Amino acid sequence: MAAEKKFAGYICTGCGISERLNVNQLQTVATREGKIAEVKQHARLCAPDGVQLIRDDIAAGATHLMIAGCSRRSKMEVFNFPQVAMSRANLREGVIWARPNAPEHQETTQEMAADYIRMACAELKYLNIASPSAEQKLNKNILVVGGGVTGMTAALEVAAAGYPAHLVCDEGELGGAWKDLYKRVPFRAAASEVPNGRDVDLPLPEEPGIAEMIAQVQANQRITVHLNAHLAKTSGAPGRFAADICNTAGATVTENFGAIIQASDFKPYDAQQLPEFAYGKTPDVVTNFELERLAKAANGAPLKRPSDGKVVESVTFIQCAGQRSEQDGHLPYCSGFCCTESIKQALYFKTQNPDCDTTILFDDLRTPGAAGEDFYRCGQQEMVTFSKGKASAVVKNGAGLTVKFKDLILNEDTELNCDLVVLATGQVPNNGPDPYAQLAVDEAETEEEKEAARRKLEVAPPSILNLDYRQGTDLPQLKHGFVDSHFICFPYETRRTGIYAAGPVRRPMDMKQAMDDAAGAAMKAIQAAESAANSAAVHPRVGDLSYPKFRKEGCTQCKRCTVECPFGAINEDEQKYPVFNESRCRRCGTCMGACPVRVISFENYSIDSVNQQIKAVDIPDEFSEKPRILVLACENDAYPALDMAAQAGIETTPFVRVVPVRCLGSVSLSWITDSLSSGFDGIVLMGCRRDEDYQCHFVRGSAIAAERLSKVGDTLTQLNLEPERIVVHEVAITDLARAPRLLNDMAATIEKIGMSSFKF
Amino acid sequence: MTAVIATNETILVVGGGISGMTAALEAAETGKQVVLVEQRPYLGGRVTQLYKYFPKLCFPTCGLEINQRRTKQNPNLTILTLAEVTGLTGSAGAYTATITLAPRYVNERCTACGDCATAVEAEFADEYNYGLSKRKGAYLPYRMAHPARYVLDPAIIGTADAEKAKAACKYDAIDLEMREETLELRCGAVIWATGWQPYDAAKIQPYGYDRFPNVITSVEFERLADVNGPTGGKIVRPSDGKEAKKIAFIQCAGSRDRNHLLHCSRICCMASLKQATYVLDAFAEQAEVNVYYIDLRSIDRFEDFYNKVRANQNIKFIKSKPSSIVADKDGNPIVHGVDTEGYNRYAEPHDLVVLAVGMEPAVKKDAFPISVQINREGFIEAAPENGGIFAAGCAADALDVNRSAQHATGAALRAIQVINRVARAEV
Repeated sequence: MAAEKKFAGYICTGCGISERLNVNQLQTVATREGKIAEVKQHARLCAPDGVQLIRDDIAAGATHLMIAGCSRRSKMEVFNFPQVAMSRANLREGVIWARPNAPEHQETTQEMAADYIRMACAELKYLNIASPSAEQKLNKNILVVGGGVTGMTAALEVAAAGYPAHLVCDEGELGGAWKDLYKRVPFRAAASEVPNGRDVDLPLPEEPGIAEMIAQVQANQRITVHLNAHLAKTSGAPGRFAADICNTAGATVTENFGAIIQASDFKPYDAQQLPEFAYGKTPDVVTNFELERLAKAANGAPLKRPSDGKVVESVTFIQCAGQRSEQDGHLPYCSGFCCTESIKQALYFKTQNPDCDTTILFDDLRTPGAAGEDFYRCGQQEMVTFSKGKASAVVKNGAGLTVKFKDLILNEDTELNCDLVVLATGQVPNNGPDPYAQLAVDEAETEEEKEAARRKLEVAPPSILNLDYRQGTDLPQLKHGFVDSHFICFPYETRRTGIYAAGPVRRPMDMKQAMDDAAGAAMKAIQAAESAANSAAVHPRVGDLSYPKFRKEGCTQCKRCTVECPFGAINEDEQKYPVFNESRCRRCGTCMGACPVRVISFENYSIDSVNQQIKAVDIPDEFSEKPRILVLACENDAYPALDMAAQAGIETTPFVRVVPVRCLGSVSLSWITDSLSSGFDGIVLMGCRRDEDYQCHFVRGSAIAAERLSKVGDTLTQLNLEPERIVVHEVAITDLARAPRLLNDMAATIEKIGMSSFKF
Repeated sequence: MTAVIATNETILVVGGGISGMTAALEAAETGKQVVLVEQRPYLGGRVTQLYKYFPKLCFPTCGLEINQRRTKQNPNLTILTLAEVTGLTGSAGAYTATITLAPRYVNERCTACGDCATAVEAEFADEYNYGLSKRKGAYLPYRMAHPARYVLDPAIIGTADAEKAKAACKYDAIDLEMREETLELRCGAVIWATGWQPYDAAKIQPYGYDRFPNVITSVEFERLADVNGPTGGKIVRPSDGKEAKKIAFIQCAGSRDRNHLLHCSRICCMASLKQATYVLDAFAEQAEVNVYYIDLRSIDRFEDFYNKVRANQNIKFIKSKPSSIVADKDGNPIVHGVDTEGYNRYAEPHDLVVLAVGMEPAVKKDAFPISVQINREGFIEAAPENGGIFAAGCAADALDVNRSAQHATGAALRAIQVINRVARAEV
């Protein structure tokens, strides 16, 4: 923004601020030291007249506002002026609520407030009003990868919202892994008027609806289907993805997209890995997927034993076959759909022959929800036998089969003869290679490591997306080969902005869930395309117009930013300079924290905007007994925890000066070294938990910061400072008592080891 | 008077829990106009009352902080709290909703300074803590409440406390003249996200929830375990404040049961495994946890969590639906039943029993303001007959938080499809 900055300052005197603090002195600090010429006091700035005062100033040309009063988290909806830059000094939660109201504390409390005013003024000077990059226009096309039920549903949902979709299917016909279904598990529970009792009208297996879905897709004007096709290359970013869609005949078309949905579904588990159940040794042991084909072929006629065509009079379903097991080659997870699937298949037999013995051997029967439990009840009503038992072997017994199992109810080993065995096998996510496996090959330092990484990659499946990204070709995976998902609060968040996973590639699921999931992914894809058109960030910094700017002339091509970006947003050009992709960026600032030469910053969050706050703090001399502790706190968890601690009346040492950061990953080591050399006595970093399942929407920021900080020891040694002066803590938003205690502990540590000698 | 501008391109979201918030935000962040109606005085619903989430054991307020920040900044979103949809007429693309707003007696000038709460005296059972603690008659519903605005309990209106609260407020934020209001607004699509309520445990007579203080529900146990809850996170039993080191979790309490709820509530197995970690963490070697279950439903990737928890020596799983609970003279609940694995009778004393109660839809079958397809258990089924009304989250089925957010995101799209059709028709 070339336009001139016009500053305005406000100090709210409400909520006890004027009773506890000398506001006139604070105003003087803001004008004299903060260099904000016009600073107004208001008794209740958040009231309509206060807000109007600010609005009038904006109308009169104010572009930069310093608001001192409550925490930046409070009254956010009132102090919401997207057209200007704003800093907020936290005098209420950060100062008066965190400090006891007693004359002996007055001096340090006032100093705290004065520093927050200085910091807010300093920050403001270095904030710029973010402006849209206009790097991409509105592209309403959505790319859906996968021609199964999930992909078709996603395409139909996208189209129903008025957006065009391209559906890329790697097979010659649509339908995917579920196209051979004879019937599907009912989507609904018993109807409202059905009584609670036995022999009532419960939903039965229903038509699968796949042929109809295929017909709908084919007839839809907004959907373009690419059969026998795969993505040879996908490049760009939300709003300007370019995909080379290549078919088996070798023809390639390049289409542009606003966003992408990966709905590549699953592959049936390979039952060859279950020799104990005689799979492959006799055709009379089939998987649940194979049984669907038999049932479809029989089309209502009695199902026959594959080996000799005898009508099946007894069938045993072995649940969790090759699942929920740590055994080599087995799936450690539960596939979620197999219990209701087996009930459905047992009903195939019961429908054409009520006398057919159908036994389901299960450990835990998992039929959740209203529809699930009604379907279980339906199975019981139709006289399917449910037996809690663990199968150990299937052996041939004349023309039939014997299933050996442990009956868990009678607590004894027993066996069962039957004509047919159905193995309830699970879903294996149909995903591309782990992108970080490719990276491990590229970046291996020794030939040995490279070879090991290469071997791992050799067994990896082929790429599905073929992303032309510096951080690999496909979506990152979380566990067991399923693609990434935040997993609790924000199920669609992936580490590749604008590319949303839907269906069993994300977690195991049944058809109904996959269809619901497709709708959600379609929502996110549309939103990503629309946001990209406005140059606005998506979740969690929704609407943020800033994006990383970098000074190429200072860049040393060290590649740290391109490696550490949690979202794979940064590519490299031929000379290994970073190439930022604004709409792939989530504005966490990890690149800024990674950059050793400080050439990356955001308009509304920069090396300077924090550094100047640090420098603005008034540092009393070594003999003052007033240490200064810099706290860099995650704005989503640690900062709110401190706010709420103050709200609860929990006391914090007056020597801290807290700076909220977007993520600990954004913390530049220069902030640490500069604060030490400007006389801070201690530094506390507060980020989120860092363990195997990442917790945060910004993925690994906290872990990265801890790693970087582990290398700061040298700096401390050079400065002849004790290592205890810097600590990194994992702080949760619920740590109301603990967070202030950690700060008080640092104050106690400084009291013990003494003040820093770097006070000038 | 509350004024809300809405058109037939507006999406109405009924319910401001995690599902409603998610649906409202996803739609608003796609540029749609959304009105979010919440019955409680704050957003977040039952998620606000949870201590931790499974399977990561992280804190719900963390995600809530993000969602609240999203709502505070979004110009497309209008939030009405203490509000209920009492009427709904019309069809897809053209609905009229009647909304009844209960008086908060506190206006938007409230700064959440807390002076009113200090001034008043009468105390009431705190519903946020399921009555496990008291709150004042002027109160912030819970620490992170959004809107961050106090509420006056209607019971103090007309008493001296109301006047004291008003006198204490420096910001003209207390308005004792507030009355119930009704407003009508137009909307093109409705997302019904009214969520769930815990099944009334007192109805399960053999378990004695209404007779034994040391038999509590899973939702109450969440509050007990919360470090910021009524006991400061100390797991103690209600009768005598003694540490509850030996705890029974009874699964399917009132669920999968012809006498109670027929359905499986999906979350309870995982919730009890999660709550078991509270006990195992708090008392380490001294902890003793018994989980009485029919089927352990740690579906899909949750299996990892089940494996992790059951690796602990101090937790036992007993396949059994207990037949009854009695209390001994010290108030210890004794769980009776038969372990169906081997058919052994047991009579096991515990310090505390936690009933894993099921989820029932918050809106009764006959209480919907407009006809929608409802199943036997009272959940809304997706159906073309529902027109422009789409259920999200636990109004549609018993779902966990992740699946609620997933489902609500899809519901937002379905509402947008209707709105976009309206918009196209008007072009």
